[in-house]
Amino acid sequence: MALRVRFTHPLRSFVASAELTVSRGETLALVGPSGAGKTTTLRVVAGLLRPQSGTVTIGETVLLDTQRGHDVPPEQRRVGYLFQEYALFPHLDVFGNVRFGARDRSRVDDLLERFRIGHLARVRVNELSGGERQRVALARALARDPAVLLLDEPLSALDAHTRAGVRGELFGLLHSLALPTLLVTHDFEDAATLADRVGVISDGRILQLGSPMELVSVPVDPFVATLTGAMLLAGCVVGREDGLTEVALDNGFTAWSADSGVGRVHVAVYPWDVSLGPAVQGDSRLNHFTGAITSIAPIGNRVRVQVGPVVARLELRPGAIATASFKATATRLFPADSGR
Amino acid sequence: MLVVTTGVALLFLVLPIVAVFLRVPLSDLLSALGSSAALDAIRVTAETIAFAMVLILVFGTPAAYWISSRRGAVRDVVVTLVELPLVLPPAVAGIGLLVAFGRAGLLGGTVDALGIDIAFTKVAVILAVTFVASPFFVRTAVAAFEAVDPTLPAAARTLGAGPGRVFFRVMLPLAKGGLGAGAALAFARGLGEFGATIMFAGSLQGVTQTLSLAIYEQFDVDFNVALAISALLIVVSAVVLLSVKLMTRWHSGSGSLILSAPSSRQRN
Repeated sequence: MALRVRFTHPLRSFVASAELTVSRGETLALVGPSGAGKTTTLRVVAGLLRPQSGTVTIGETVLLDTQRGHDVPPEQRRVGYLFQEYALFPHLDVFGNVRFGARDRSRVDDLLERFRIGHLARVRVNELSGGERQRVALARALARDPAVLLLDEPLSALDAHTRAGVRGELFGLLHSLALPTLLVTHDFEDAATLADRVGVISDGRILQLGSPMELVSVPVDPFVATLTGAMLLAGCVVGREDGLTEVALDNGFTAWSADSGVGRVHVAVYPWDVSLGPAVQGDSRLNHFTGAITSIAPIGNRVRVQVGPVVARLELRPGAIATASFKATATRLFPADSGR
Repeated sequence: MLVVTTGVALLFLVLPIVAVFLRVPLSDLLSALGSSAALDAIRVTAETIAFAMVLILVFGTPAAYWISSRRGAVRDVVVTLVELPLVLPPAVAGIGLLVAFGRAGLLGGTVDALGIDIAFTKVAVILAVTFVASPFFVRTAVAAFEAVDPTLPAAARTLGAGPGRVFFRVMLPLAKGGLGAGAALAFARGLGEFGATIMFAGSLQGVTQTLSLAIYEQFDVDFNVALAISALLIVVSAVVLLSVKLMTRWHSGSGSLILSAPSSRQRN
């Protein structure tokens, strides 16, 4: 049973709209900055927000059809909703929270066992750790046997070291449930690891919808490029030769791109396409930026090094001279006015 | 310097309370409480305030819940109307009740036709107490409902709970500290009700004479009885205040409830 959502709803500074189909067993992630209208979509599906116009269906069941004045109240929709910060009932213990949505006791016992929280049944929810709270919230959201699962920032309330583990568990869970799942996050990495398809959303509009691979290889605009991890270098196209476009960057460097463009442009390049060396190497990497290392930021088991304008082994200390190189084919050009 | 002024202020506030207990021996106070005037007043007060509290809770709780779920002009108007008795001089409340429910009043004919005479009966005391005390409950209850994280009722609905179940299983348990505090405040105000009651219900011993009215009456008759009733009201009020503090502290973590009553009208 697939979930189909289509709606338009005016928010304070923009009109939120979406048209999505999430098939059975598929996870679709909406990624975007906070306030972009991601949660709005989840609230429309759950029935907590009635949009100005739109339809929501699960399989053949119509939950919302504003034209026909049809609106099934939230308590009659089979929707499992994991709220941001989890929204656990503070006046109930773990058992009470899961029991709230369950038909009978045995369902609660099954879920407590499945999520390994049976030993916490009589514990008040405010005494739980972040990871435990998330498991209780998931168990509760599944208590009603939902036909659709909605996850609002399922990992953002967790600290960095529990996060990776919980992400792996969640991925396994989504697979075994085989429900249409709509997930909302501000983190592209979370979206890319958990979802089959990712929609990038900004100001209430879906800018690009595709597999995580597609978004990284062919971002449609600078916003999608930066969200998926690219750097944007501003500059001006000065010429074109041998099929390459020459861009005079605002920071004084020159970049070459296999893309074409005119006038003011943004050169987008991903950090993993950049190699770092002590001196200019005579290889096909056409773009060489030599400069002092301005910053080194560790990210997990890697470090993020900034050389001049480019973030990219060698003597890694701020002030050391390094050259960051990347191929012209690893860049994309976007007209500067499309940047936001 | 600050310590001295604070000390003076504190002494000023505590002295009248202490004086009530020091004037005559404690045994005299206790025996005065056994007088028929005091016992009647205790009975009348207990009956009327219990009835008034039921009315306030049964009508005030849904009203407060409704107000807390509203935004905009309608809500502001309703809140202002609910708060009006709070700032109204009790004598005005008494006149108002009289011309609304009294024999010659607005609804007097209707009430009369039903064979009921309200003015100068226990019903009048109950109405007067309800009128002046309910805003204290409703205001606090609205704040208590509004303090509940709105995602909690939303989560309850996605878990299959209809509006009724959301109210009884989520909102009521989560707001109960504030509701209790509001009820205690309304109770305290109702206990001290004087002006509206004496105008609308009179001061008939055993019928409409509450503790506050009995103090005034016994002032000329048997001063020890007036003192004894005052001492009793001090004890009850202190217990109420303490329970409000405990309820708000226990539930919100901070006992920062403002007892926003015009204090000059608390006991006049």
